[in-house]
This record gives sequence, C-alpha cells and structure tokens, in this order.
Amino acid sequence: MSSVAQKQGFGSWLWDWLTTVDHKKIGILYLLGGGFFFVLGGIEAMIIRVQLLTPNNDLVSAGLFNQIITMHGTTMIFLAAMPILFGFMNAIMPLQIGARDVAFPFLNSLGFWMFVFGGLFLNLSWFMGGAPDAGWTSYASLAMASEGHGTDFYAIGLQIAGGGSLIAGINFLVTIINMRAPGMTYMRMPLFTWTTFVASAMILFAFPPLTVGLFLLTFDRMFGGNFFDPAFGGNTIIWEHIFWIFGHPEVYILILPAFGIFSEIFSLFSRKRLFGYSAMVLATVLIGFLGFMVWAHHMFTVGLGPTANAIFSVATMAIAVPTGVKIFNWLLTIWGGSIKVTTPMLYALGFIPTFVMGGVTGVMLGTAPLDYQLHDSYFVVAHFHYVIVGGTVLGILAGVHLYWPKMFGVMLDETLGKITFWFFLFGFHLTFLIQHWLGFWGMPRRVFTYMGGQGWHLANVISTVGAFFMAIGIIILIYNIIHAHIKKVPVGNDPWGDGRTLEWATQSPPLYYNFTQTPLVRGLDSVWLEKQEGNASGITPAVPVQAIHMPNGSIIPFLMTLGMFIAGFGAMFRTETAWGLPVLIIGLAWTFIAMAARSWRDDLGYYVSKEEIMEDIKRERGRN
Amino acid sequence: MDLNKKFTPETWPENPETATFEAKNKFVGFWLFLGGETVLFATLFATYLALKNKGPADLAFSTQELFELPLVFVMTMLLLTSSLTSVYAMYHMRNYDFKKMQLWLGITALLGLGFLMLEVYEFVHYTKLGFTFDNSAFSSAFYTLVGTHGFHVAIGLVWITLLIFRNSKRGLNLYNASKYYTFSLYWHFIDVVWVFIFTVVYLMGVVG
Repeated sequence: MSSVAQKQGFGSWLWDWLTTVDHKKIGILYLLGGGFFFVLGGIEAMIIRVQLLTPNNDLVSAGLFNQIITMHGTTMIFLAAMPILFGFMNAIMPLQIGARDVAFPFLNSLGFWMFVFGGLFLNLSWFMGGAPDAGWTSYASLAMASEGHGTDFYAIGLQIAGGGSLIAGINFLVTIINMRAPGMTYMRMPLFTWTTFVASAMILFAFPPLTVGLFLLTFDRMFGGNFFDPAFGGNTIIWEHIFWIFGHPEVYILILPAFGIFSEIFSLFSRKRLFGYSAMVLATVLIGFLGFMVWAHHMFTVGLGPTANAIFSVATMAIAVPTGVKIFNWLLTIWGGSIKVTTPMLYALGFIPTFVMGGVTGVMLGTAPLDYQLHDSYFVVAHFHYVIVGGTVLGILAGVHLYWPKMFGVMLDETLGKITFWFFLFGFHLTFLIQHWLGFWGMPRRVFTYMGGQGWHLANVISTVGAFFMAIGIIILIYNIIHAHIKKVPVGNDPWGDGRTLEWATQSPPLYYNFTQTPLVRGLDSVWLEKQEGNASGITPAVPVQAIHMPNGSIIPFLMTLGMFIAGFGAMFRTETAWGLPVLIIGLAWTFIAMAARSWRDDLGYYVSKEEIMEDIKRERGRN
Repeated sequence: MDLNKKFTPETWPENPETATFEAKNKFVGFWLFLGGETVLFATLFATYLALKNKGPADLAFSTQELFELPLVFVMTMLLLTSSLTSVYAMYHMRNYDFKKMQLWLGITALLGLGFLMLEVYEFVHYTKLGFTFDNSAFSSAFYTLVGTHGFHVAIGLVWITLLIFRNSKRGLNLYNASKYYTFSLYWHFIDVVWVFIFTVVYLMGVVG
C-alpha cells in the first residue's frame, strides 16, 4: 500500500477511505457514521421531550410527532447503536485474537457501505414527503395504513442496512473461528471477543426473518401483495411474530457487546483477572440461546392464549439467571481489586445499578398478567431505555473513552470524560426514572400530547430537564474529542498502563498489518501474563519475521451498494412514475454487474515485504 | 498465492476447497451463510403455511385445484439430478480433471435451466388462470416462497456460468477450486429447499 500512501491531496485521501478494507479504518468509519446518526437520533429525542414538556403543546403536529418517534427508535437501534458496536468489534476484536484483519475484508467494506446507504436512504425520507410514522416496530396494521412513502423508506432502507449487518455478523464469526493466533483457544479469548462471537451468531439467525418481514412489507405496499390485508386473507399478526423473532434477539445483539466492553473494563481497572471467566462465557452463550425463545413476550396482549403467554413468561424470567451470574461476577471482579476509577471504570460502575433496574422492570413486564396493565404505557418506555441506554449506550460511551487512544492514537481528557459521565448518568435517571411512575399513572406511550390536570405535567417537566442534562453530557464529549485531536498528544501501546489483552500490545493506532509477528498466546490475559514474567513488549512471537499477505482495497463494495440505493428509489416510485421501473432495473443490474466484476477479477492481495516489517520493528524499538 | 503454479493429479491436494487460508474462510463463511438462508426460508415456509388457501371470501383457487403434480415431479427430477451431476463435478475437481468437471457443471447448469424454464411456465400458467400475485394472501405467499427459491436458482445459474467461462482457458488452481466448491454447496442447498417446497407446498397441498 506504500504507493497509495505516497500520493497526496484530498482526492487520494477520499479514495483511500472509500476503498479501504482495513478493519481498523472500517472500525473508525463505523464509529463516526454511527456517531453521526447517534447525534441525529438524539436531536429527535430532544424534540420529543420538548414537545411533551407542557400539556397541549403544539411544537410539532401529531403526524410529525409520529415520524419523529419512529425515526428516533429506528435510527438509534439500527443506525447508531449497532454500527458503533460494529466499530468496536472491527477495530478491537481482530487485535484481541492476534489476527491481521477480519476473514473477509472485502465483505467488511461492503457491510459498512450498506449501513451508510441504508441509513442515508431512510433519512432522505425527511426531504421526500415525510418520514416513516408507524413506530420503529412498524406493526403491519399501522404500516399498511401509513400514507405517503414514509414506510417504504423504512422497508427499503432497513433492508439495505440489515443486509450489511448480516454480512458483518458472518464475517466476525469466521474471523473468530479461523483466525485466532496460535494458543488462542476459545477459552482464552477475551470477553469482548466472546460477546462479539455470540452477538454475531445471533445476527446470523435473527436478521433473515427481518429480511423476510421487510420484503413482505415491501411487497404489500409497493407490489400488490396481500400478506397483511385481512380483506384478502392476510394476517397482520404474522408481521408481529416475524418482527419480534428478529427484534428480541436484536436487543441481546445490542447488549452483549456492551457486556463484553464492561467485562474488559472491570478486569482492566480492578487489575484482576475477570472473576468466573468460564461462568461468564457460559452465561453469554446461554443469554444468546434464550434470546431466541422469548419473542412472544412482546405480544402478551395480542391474545395468543394463557398457555403461550405462560411459556414465554417463564422463558423470559429464565434470562435473568445468566444475567444475574454476570452481574455477580463483575462485582466479584471489583472485590479486592486494586481499583483505578478512570472514566471507563466510572461508566462500568454506573452501569451495574442502572442496568439491574432495567432488568428488574424487565422481569415485571415478563409477568404476563402485570404486562396487561403496563403494556403500551410509559413504564415500557422507561424499561427499554433503562436496558438500552443503561446498558448499551453506557457501554458505548465507556468503549469510546477506553478504545479512543487505541483507535486514534490520542487520549481523551479524563476530567472532561468524568464530567460527561456525571451529566449523562444524572440526566439519564432524571429523564427515565420518573417515567416508570408516569406509566403507573396511566400515561400511554407514543402520544404526541396530553391534557393538563391528570398529574402528568410535573413528571414530564422533570423528564425533559433530564434529557437536557444528557445532551450537555454528549456536547462535552464532542468537545472533548475535538479538543484531544487539536492537542494531539500521542500515546504509547498501553495508554491505560494495565492492558491485559493483545490489543494493548500493538501500537496506538496499530500498524496497518497489526502485528509484526503473529503472537503466541500462553493463557488468558496473555499480555498481562507476559509482563508479569518480565517480557516488557507483552508479546511472545509465534513465528519469525516473514512477509505478510494483505488484501487489496476495492471500490466495488461502494459501487455495489450504490446500485441497491438507486434500485430502492425505483421500487418506491414504480407505480406512480414512468421512470420508477427502469430505475429499479438499472439499480439492480448495476449491483449484479458489480458482483460479477468482483467474481471475474482475480484479487490475490499483496505482500508486505520482510524489509518493511524490519524497518517498523526498528522504529518501534527506537520509540520505546 | 501463485496462480501459475502447475499441479498434477498427484500434487493436487486431497481437499482443494480448503487448501488455502482464504479458502478455509470461504468454506466456513459459506456454511454459516447457508445457516442464515435456512432461517430465511423457514420464515417464508411459516408465512406460507399460515396463509395457505387464505383469500377473500370469493377465493377461486385452492392448492387442490391449482397444483398439478406431474409437472412438479418433472421439475423435482431435473433439480435432484442436477445436484447429482454437481457431485460428479466435485469428484472430478478433487481428481484434478478440469475438463470433466466443467462438463458436469455444464450439465448441472442445463438441468437447472430446465427447472427454471418449467417454473416460469408454471407461473405464467397460473397467472393466465387468474392466480396472480395480488389475487389473495395465498397467492402472495405462494409466489414469494416458490419465487424466492426460483430466484436462488437463477442466481446460481449466473454464478456457475460465470465460473465456467472465466476459468475455461486456465484450468483448475487453488484460487478457483474453492469458488467451484462454494457453488456446489449453494446448489445442494437450493436443492434441499426444493425438497421441502415439493413436500410442503405441492404434496401437502394436493394430498394433505
């Protein structure tokens, strides 16, 4: 790649990022792309909260409010939380197992661009007649009644982005199965790698139902299908089943990688081996398995009958067991540790009580009779924000502070990080704790306004004030990031000083081929182990210095996705315009030609020469 | 990897489909992908079963009246045979007999094409009877399930045609062996799906 690096100017810089197949760069792209959508979803959340600040508020109309809540949920789940987690998986997981890249670098790039174009497609709805307004779950009874193209944008945008997620999931699975360094047995893998593994397996089996569901919706809305139209024998409950067969595993896909990040943090900053490592692994796998068995607990009030409700109720509560195992293991990891309360550790400490609260309300909602009372109330809103924000988002923010130096080579400011944490955590509880009571007091979710005199006003004011605290926290974080990159103080391999796993034995940011020599792993927390035995580099090489095979960059993933993007517009406007059908065909043909081109051209990659690696090793020695 | 490395049947590895690192990844990755595809088809089957024979009050079609087993039997035979011929092709690939492999893959593709033509005929026939995609929930579910399978067959045909022509002049090497092998995995998979379609849609539709 040296020839590319020598070219200068904006064009070559852009070309480099468009064609990159380097897992670290794609990780950064995922993080930035997901970060952008996180801010967008956050702005939508702020509008929701301001609208609900006072009774009979008319800041936004009822229709626009529906669009905003739909886009807030959809954006946060599919375009913010998942991509940011994919960013960490990409950037960190291959380093943790001592690999040079993921198994399919080309597909990695394809998955990323599908996320970008899917997200772009979805959000273009704002400028093209209105966003989807049937809720993030897009229940067919609402989706079929939704006018305009909003729901079409949902169906096609998520189809493209979801395909990207499936590709990423398969990629991570194969990477972990096939590319672990010598000695890196499954039971020596860091917990973040384990959670990536289980979450990826869940993606593999959970996303195809979403694909089918979205196709059925697309067919019904755009191609005359009758899946969800009772007048033609259709059944809207089919959508609910399919959506939740995907949707429930999805929430574990979101939480497991966050569990992984927290496991790394607890061990790192307690300077202790993770307590109950094998129990943690088992609990992760068990959560992944049970996650597929509980989808109907979202549908207790549909009328599946007491037997089905009872079975799904019990299965739901069973998930509390492995989750409880994890909570106790984290607590016992801290117990007796030599604790350093850094920003990531603060997030981890804040996460435990917050997430436990969300878990407890989860068991409450899993009790079918009680669910009849709480269904579609603000209690549900409070519950899922406690688990998703209190789990996944805290995990993401912890991960941002923890891995920023590894990914970008600069450290975020600790003081600002701690201020961010306190604003965010305080604001979070202020916003959502009171919403449990709002639910008890009868406020339904998804209402665009409410009347005064029902005792809901004060609680809504408190909730909105809390949202502003969270926003301030995020603004400080963004300032922190900009500030750190202006100051640009470079950091060493192990900026936290107590790195236990292989990523902390690489440079920050790592060389483009990661490891000069493939490491030999001699136990759990191998870098810590090596350092205890006096090996300052943290790595014992498994092989002599030799030429390294690397994949070529490619623009084809970008072009392939562009075809899908174009085809999406064609499908949507097929019936009402003359250009719809040709555009659909051109877009699909474009994608297939790009696929054929990929198949036709030999892409054998290239070798990094031994001399170049020796140079890098010399430079590394000189630096330390 | 050196594309110009010449092999003989003696030096050719026993399992060329997993002989290189990239090939091993492709092998595992494709099996996983087929796992996802299984769930995809399972969802379509479930939808079909839920909507089978469901339509507006005056629905004129039911599985009993619509499906004709002789045609479907011929289609099934074509596709099952094509699976067998792709096994022959892989046998020759392992023996480093490029020409015979290409020949059997060509036969596989022709059988697949025959299957697809019959399916197109079947769909056109139903459409002429008035059983169009937007006729009922039943018709939507039927065309989506069987059509998705047919789409997979079409993709497979384009794929194998490209592979046959791309490599016709240069023979087998460890780079394209794994490509051929993943195709055969894919082809077996869509064959297995068809066995389920034959059973669940047609047999159970007419007999059940």
